[in-house]
Amino acid sequence: MNNEQLKEKIYSIDSTINIVEGKQYLELNVAPEDLSKTALMLKNNPDLSFDYLICLTGNDLPDAYAVVYHLESTKHNHVVVLKVKAANRENPTLDTVSNIWITADFHEREVYDLIGITFNNHPDMRRIFLDEEDWVGYPLRKDYTDNNIVVR
Amino acid sequence: MEDIIINENQIKQEEYIVNMGPQHPSTHGVLRLKISLKGETVEHIEPHCGYIHRGIEKMCERLTYQQIIHLTDRLDYLSAHTNNEAVCLLVENALQIEVPERVKYIRTILDELTRLASHQLWWCAFGMDLGALTTYFYGLRDRELILDIFEETTGARLLQSFNTPGGLMNDIHPNFIKKVKEFIVHFRKKLPEYDELLTGNVILRERTNDIGLLTLEEAISYGVTGPSGRASGFACDVRKHHPYSAYDKVDFKEILYTKGDCFHRYKARVEEMWESMKIIEQLIDNIPEGDYAVKMKPIIKLPEGEYYQRVEAARGEFGVYVLSTGEKYPYRVKFRSPNFSNLSAINKLGAGHKIADLVAIGGSLDLVIPDIDR
Repeated sequence: MNNEQLKEKIYSIDSTINIVEGKQYLELNVAPEDLSKTALMLKNNPDLSFDYLICLTGNDLPDAYAVVYHLESTKHNHVVVLKVKAANRENPTLDTVSNIWITADFHEREVYDLIGITFNNHPDMRRIFLDEEDWVGYPLRKDYTDNNIVVR
Repeated sequence: MEDIIINENQIKQEEYIVNMGPQHPSTHGVLRLKISLKGETVEHIEPHCGYIHRGIEKMCERLTYQQIIHLTDRLDYLSAHTNNEAVCLLVENALQIEVPERVKYIRTILDELTRLASHQLWWCAFGMDLGALTTYFYGLRDRELILDIFEETTGARLLQSFNTPGGLMNDIHPNFIKKVKEFIVHFRKKLPEYDELLTGNVILRERTNDIGLLTLEEAISYGVTGPSGRASGFACDVRKHHPYSAYDKVDFKEILYTKGDCFHRYKARVEEMWESMKIIEQLIDNIPEGDYAVKMKPIIKLPEGEYYQRVEAARGEFGVYVLSTGEKYPYRVKFRSPNFSNLSAINKLGAGHKIADLVAIGGSLDLVIPDIDR
């Protein structure tokens, strides 16, 4: 399906999703409480069947912490981008999608480690790269400071 | 003397945990696998990453796009050229710059040479993991020829940074075409030796057949791409499904198997070497004349927005995500590294096997640790 058909298809299933035509791919903006529901729909609908989570990125945006999911269907070869912003800036949490795409397990741990978004119902919510016991802060946040960072 | 009778119920059984790595030769780098054992059988594998985490994504937020290219070399150092290309393609697509045909052809040839060199090193190391030391000399002998070609044209043997937004750093060396052709003739003779030496070997077959099975659904769900994914039947070749550079002009086969065990991951890579040679042969005589780069502004600013570029590195799908605010520095860069996703399947692959099989499984995934840790 091309982007136009894809947009119509997704609208016909759930008209509340905010769909934006991005530069390359369709971008679906969903509210954090709808994340699990939408993700399941994208995976399980036979006409969409987004079964391959390519990339999961955590972002520190000026207004919120956000996660971007790049999804592909191995059956239909179409790609869509799912975007969600965590509501709370002090204690950002989102639902896990690791029950839908297992690869999200490691990727979400990475986001937790470096951005500090906690994922609800994640099977193993620990830091993956940095030291669990003595590392303070989340390095990919914009307000993270470290004496070793050289600013030119 | 009284017989000692052992009541099996009285033996205390507990989980026995062994660390494989961070300094273990078969992990090919500083990866630590925490393995729960029951006897000699692996119950659970928990990878501990981050021993060489350098924060490359954070560094990229303070670098220009031209500088970022040099850091992508340091991810998967065996796919250096491919990783460079991903950033260059992203910038070119974002600014809608059409690079000359010559650049596309040279990039594709260098991509495939990179893949060949990477698979050769994997092949020799895989043989060595399983006890066949001779393979190491065979593989490195042939890889050396590719590195010589790289050195002459790009100036570096491993971390080339030969790509730049808009084209290449320099034109190819006058000897390049001749040397590549000589190499292909040489390697077409030598690759059957690889099969003779290792593929039919009884020990290799015994140690890889039915070891580390991964089904198609699991491969897709774990995001296992590259030859490892294709051995399970996952048609994930970015070159085929989302062509870039000159891949739409060449004819090649996507190597797919269905069994998904260590042997088929091995076979997929060996067969891919044949396909890589086929691609190079189709391009090497037809490199168009023209410039090796288009003139770019010294300061590159991407328009505001998000960009994603995927390429096929030697180990799977490599992706670059850039969030730009219109400045000369990106706001956020994320590298989707194939090894990170491939590693996540190691518990699935290894649980239930003997600890010695884990060496074969790790080898068949072809992990490069700097790509995992970033």
